[in-house]
Amino acid sequence: MGNAIFQPSHFAAVVLFALFASTVFGITQRETPRRMVRYGIYCFVLFVASAIALSWVMYFIAR
Amino acid sequence: MATEEIKKTSTNSGSQKEFVYLPLIAGWLVPGGGHFLLRKWGRGALLAASILGMFVTGLAMQGKVYANAHDILDLLGLAGDLGNGLPYVISRMLGLGDVQVQVTTADYGTRFIVVAGLLNVIAAVDAHNLRTGRKS
Repeated sequence: MGNAIFQPSHFAAVVLFALFASTVFGITQRETPRRMVRYGIYCFVLFVASAIALSWVMYFIAR
Repeated sequence: MATEEIKKTSTNSGSQKEFVYLPLIAGWLVPGGGHFLLRKWGRGALLAASILGMFVTGLAMQGKVYANAHDILDLLGLAGDLGNGLPYVISRMLGLGDVQVQVTTADYGTRFIVVAGLLNVIAAVDAHNLRTGRKS
């Protein structure tokens, strides 16, 4: 398995990716702090929800 | 006297124009650096934490740092990695991420590093927009 310092589960990797990316999206794509937070949360939920939805789609395709 | 003041004003605006790309370059070289330069401390800190966090997480997952391009996909990966600025240079100097490991987390790590670079470019452009007044 190699000697990686950090080996997260697939879901943990998705959550981490979504957290980092949505933070940057929130700050850069909106102007006021309130709207930044709202857009960041929106992006985070979309990232995680779409990953879960696509995972189920792939699960049924593979069967 | 009035002429002198006009001269002074035009010189000042000239020097401001000269450095209009400084936040863009600083933001590219150091994640969040462009925002720090514009005294947007909170935004800069969050951007730096997110981008550097993603880059370091990618390295910790044994992600690959692209050094050269053999095909078009490698070229795209290299372009993404170069977006990281100095962290990319430092990781290359330290020899981090130069071993290709065939595990799933390493593949995720490679993507984390590429996406960190792309996010850093977005952050640097945002700093440029703040500098030019396109964004407040």
